[in-house]
Amino acid sequence: MKKTLFDKIWDRHVVESIPDGPDILYIDKHLIHEVTSPQAFNELKERDIPVFRPDQIVATADHNTPTQNQHLPVKDLLSRKQLKELSENCEANNITLYGLGHPYNGIVHVMAPELGITQPGMTMVCGDSHTSTHGAFGTIAFGIGTSQVSQAFASQCLLVEKPKKLRVNVNGKLKKGVLPKDVILYIISKLGTNSGTGYFCEYAGNVFEEMSMEGRMTVCNMSIEMGARGGLIAPDETTFEYVKDKEFAPKGAEFEQLKSFWETLKTDDDAEFDKEFSFDAEDIEPMITYGTNPGMGIKITGAIPTEGGKSDAKALSYMGFKPGETLLEKTINWIFIGSCTNSRIEDFRQAAAYIKGKQKANNVNALIVPGSRQVAAQIEAEGLREVFENAGFTLRQPGCSACLAMNDDKIPAGEYCVSTSNRNFEGRQGQGSRTILASPLTAAATAVSGKITDFTKHLN
Amino acid sequence: MEKFITLTDTAVPLDIENVDTDQIIPARFLKATDKAGFGENLFRDWRFNNNDEPEPEFPLNKPEYSGSILVAGNNFGCGSSREHAAWALKAYGFKVVVSSYFADIFKGNALNNGLLPVQVSPQFLEQLFAEISKDASIAIKVDLKAQKIEIPQKNISEKFEIDPYKKTCLLNGFDDIDFLVSKLDAIKKFEEKNNKLQPATQL
Repeated sequence: MKKTLFDKIWDRHVVESIPDGPDILYIDKHLIHEVTSPQAFNELKERDIPVFRPDQIVATADHNTPTQNQHLPVKDLLSRKQLKELSENCEANNITLYGLGHPYNGIVHVMAPELGITQPGMTMVCGDSHTSTHGAFGTIAFGIGTSQVSQAFASQCLLVEKPKKLRVNVNGKLKKGVLPKDVILYIISKLGTNSGTGYFCEYAGNVFEEMSMEGRMTVCNMSIEMGARGGLIAPDETTFEYVKDKEFAPKGAEFEQLKSFWETLKTDDDAEFDKEFSFDAEDIEPMITYGTNPGMGIKITGAIPTEGGKSDAKALSYMGFKPGETLLEKTINWIFIGSCTNSRIEDFRQAAAYIKGKQKANNVNALIVPGSRQVAAQIEAEGLREVFENAGFTLRQPGCSACLAMNDDKIPAGEYCVSTSNRNFEGRQGQGSRTILASPLTAAATAVSGKITDFTKHLN
Repeated sequence: MEKFITLTDTAVPLDIENVDTDQIIPARFLKATDKAGFGENLFRDWRFNNNDEPEPEFPLNKPEYSGSILVAGNNFGCGSSREHAAWALKAYGFKVVVSSYFADIFKGNALNNGLLPVQVSPQFLEQLFAEISKDASIAIKVDLKAQKIEIPQKNISEKFEIDPYKKTCLLNGFDDIDFLVSKLDAIKKFEEKNNKLQPATQL
């Protein structure tokens, strides 16, 4: 039978299929962080069950960490306790931890790919819905709840029903100023926030083939925002080049041997999908969101749709917008470039290229938060720190930061923030905050003009 | 895990679509390292205003509504994978959530905590909202064995789907950890057979 990329990886990880029930799926890599793991460790302790394969687990501290003075003890006592428990749990169970201050520390979905922990053909899980990011490598990666974190601790397996298969094709030539973030925001705006529920999504077409690994990660990252458990893109030369010299990737003959296997990881011609959608790259423009879910997106020059149900009305009332309104010229006081969606070096290069020689507008607070210590070091090495600081942007230390505002990085109530993160839910960036999702380029341009503008006119 | 067999109770209507887990339990309450205490912050920013006073218009604060069944709008539980959302609903006292659609991760988390997600047709959901709005004290019956939800007083009902494995777990109070641990021999055999398939990341 013809198989999809997803089938090929899934089927070879099935330990057993339960009749009329889920599959026992073997997990190659399990990533953990401080927020969704403590209760799972407790569960094992209470039942006196050991961690089965500690060497297949990697931990980082990212969600609940400060982005300033990381060398000092964490001020918030609850956060400090949570981080301490992570360290103790990792030490007691022989799990590798890249804690605060470690050169490999960073947002879990930035750290693992850049260290070569993420590789094509794997199954990966993490107690975080944006685990879908790793699908950029041709990997089955999905977010799980804490009960499943404890199941993976206990058995390196999960009980999961095989999802259905969805393919989204985008072909053609992207317009100037349109970034991978715009592509995925466009797709979600067309398909809605639950079109992917019950599915794994493969992204295909020349637009994804021509994207960098950073771009592919941005796309796969937001698969969950259309409800899909995960997204994936067939691995190719771009993937192999990226993985090749990474710290923990296989080297030499072992790499070549794996590469010849990875090259087989693609959907067979004529393999069947349960659902399929196709879009033209030429139709995509820089995107922004106007509501309180990521499906509520429009092109930056567009108007807020006038037809919508009562949930749309609730969202617009929260955002302080009206149906039919355009957001151009809307004053914006906050921008945030960061999060597991857009905090990799390419994102900061794109922002810096626009900002260079310009100044942020006086009304704007512009926050730049790298995804990892390694990205922070690259920002330094490439001279981007000077670009940001000369333009009046604030560069912080790595972490999830204002994407979910668990630490002190919060957007004040009532304020708009043009943000490169993934969710514009009510209060996501702080109680009462109003999030407008966009690409790093749109965020940078907004910071410079102090309002939403059609910056594509000014691009060279 | 607590068993779930059947339940007859009144319901709280939450006629809002796309309720995400950030609303169910905001991120600032995720600093706890145990499972207790999330109930008091369930729907925190909808239930309370900035001065921590209850919002009188929010259904959970309306005196006429009570009970252990939450009836919610389409696509309930989208967004973050935080299981704290299921813990918060359970701790507040809900045993069943009814919606016309559930996000995948939330649904799994609910089932792993003995909180039954009942997916009904959009038409049946509208009927439920209408009946509850007419009579807040109307009883709703959820029968897991029969996979049926009904309003006995009105003689309206609908069957619902549930994975047979998960149904057995809920009816008996079994959970996945015990099952997976019982499979460790098969898992070890799988590892031996497949050890050449994946590179061991050299940490």
